[in-house]
Amino acid sequence: MTLYERFIAAFITGERWKLYLSGLGITLEVALFAGILGIIIGTIMALMKLSTTEDGKPTILNYIASIYIDVIRGTPSVLQLLIMWFIIMASSNNGILVASLSFGINSGAYVSEIVRGGILAVDKGQMEAGRSLGLSKATTMRYIILPQAIKNIIPPLGNEFITLIKETAIVGYVSLTDLTRVANQIASRTYDAFMPLIGAAVIYFVIIKLLTIFLGKLERRMRRSDNR
Amino acid sequence: MITVKNLCKEFKNTDGTVTKVLQGINYEINQGEKIVIVGPSGSGKSTFLRCLNMMERPTSGQIIFDGVDITDKKVDINKVRERMGMVFQNFNLFNNLTVMQNIILAPVKLKIMTEAEAREKAKKLLERVNLLDKADVYPISLSGGQKQRIAIVRSLCMNPEVMLFDEPTSALDPEMVGEVLDVMKQLADDGMTMVVVTHEMGFAREVATKVLFVDEGNILEENTPKEFFENPQSKRLQEFLSKVL
Repeated sequence: MTLYERFIAAFITGERWKLYLSGLGITLEVALFAGILGIIIGTIMALMKLSTTEDGKPTILNYIASIYIDVIRGTPSVLQLLIMWFIIMASSNNGILVASLSFGINSGAYVSEIVRGGILAVDKGQMEAGRSLGLSKATTMRYIILPQAIKNIIPPLGNEFITLIKETAIVGYVSLTDLTRVANQIASRTYDAFMPLIGAAVIYFVIIKLLTIFLGKLERRMRRSDNR
Repeated sequence: MITVKNLCKEFKNTDGTVTKVLQGINYEINQGEKIVIVGPSGSGKSTFLRCLNMMERPTSGQIIFDGVDITDKKVDINKVRERMGMVFQNFNLFNNLTVMQNIILAPVKLKIMTEAEAREKAKKLLERVNLLDKADVYPISLSGGQKQRIAIVRSLCMNPEVMLFDEPTSALDPEMVGEVLDVMKQLADDGMTMVVVTHEMGFAREVATKVLFVDEGNILEENTPKEFFENPQSKRLQEFLSKVL
């Protein structure tokens, strides 16, 4: 078979390109839900980990967040996904929901460290100034610290989201037909692994390249208030 | 107005030893006084000042502000701080907000004024320090002297009863020190109660009602500026003055 024929077999015959597209849809859907959930969990965990009493002692929230981060970072994400699918949410057969939850909880642990780092990088004097005016810790955090921390958070957060998109390639384990699984299925049907696998790789690459360009623009826009 | 009783502050070092920064300070600050605190670096003068509004939590002792012991954990420290302004060495303007937003954030969020009232007051105060034209710029585009004058305005917008200054001119280029000291002198003339930690001996001599010499966590000497500079009692102060004057 010529390269051209192999290409036709992998992408055109039986409108197979539609399968790649629907696979990509699943990939992006899971990544997006998980990403949003990860940011929410991560921000809450970061604030919990930074919480102290007025005299600077750690609180119980601290320990809860630390345990969560340790457990999630200390176990493989494939296992977390399988545990969610077969044990915790065994009664559900909504793969998208289970995968989004599992990846969201996983991502939250990494995002929380990103958010925590971003907050700690804001000059300590900003919090002191807010407190000296009589503002509470929470108010100062919301109006002064977090808006500044976001600039530190966006670049590594983009990185985390890129990792997340690629990590979803294991959702085949919970019977979701994502981009990677589509490529694999077509490869076994056409007895030709080259075209579908390389094709899927190119699609991942293009999506992530586009995302990288978008994040670069976003980052530059957010830095604008730094150089007036 | 503020009574300090047996104020001690200890810091634990990483090697487990304890540094006693304040060793039982007693002092009384009355309404309208301008107290200037001088002393060598590491003497505890900044720590003393920062204890007055509980930015540092004292290890022991009491700080009684307007009849209330504010070291008591039951006291709402935020309410107390609304009445005590503080100006920092590094200005600490909020980088993500414009000058106007910096000034009105606290009075509006704490519901002390409406936004319109706060803006009105901010404009008046900015005019007084000749910076009304900077109302809508971000702190990044200001000089150090401008930043510090705005930091003072930000505190004043809360209508504080006392102003604490923590080395307000130490981070400034020399040619900008004057403009900040002028604002502080104006404030003193208006009758504000002030506690100032500084190395500006000229300011101490001119503005202070009392000058304190703090060394090794104690108030070693306290006097009127005239006596303080012309007739220092302790050997330690004589040495200090001979180095800085």
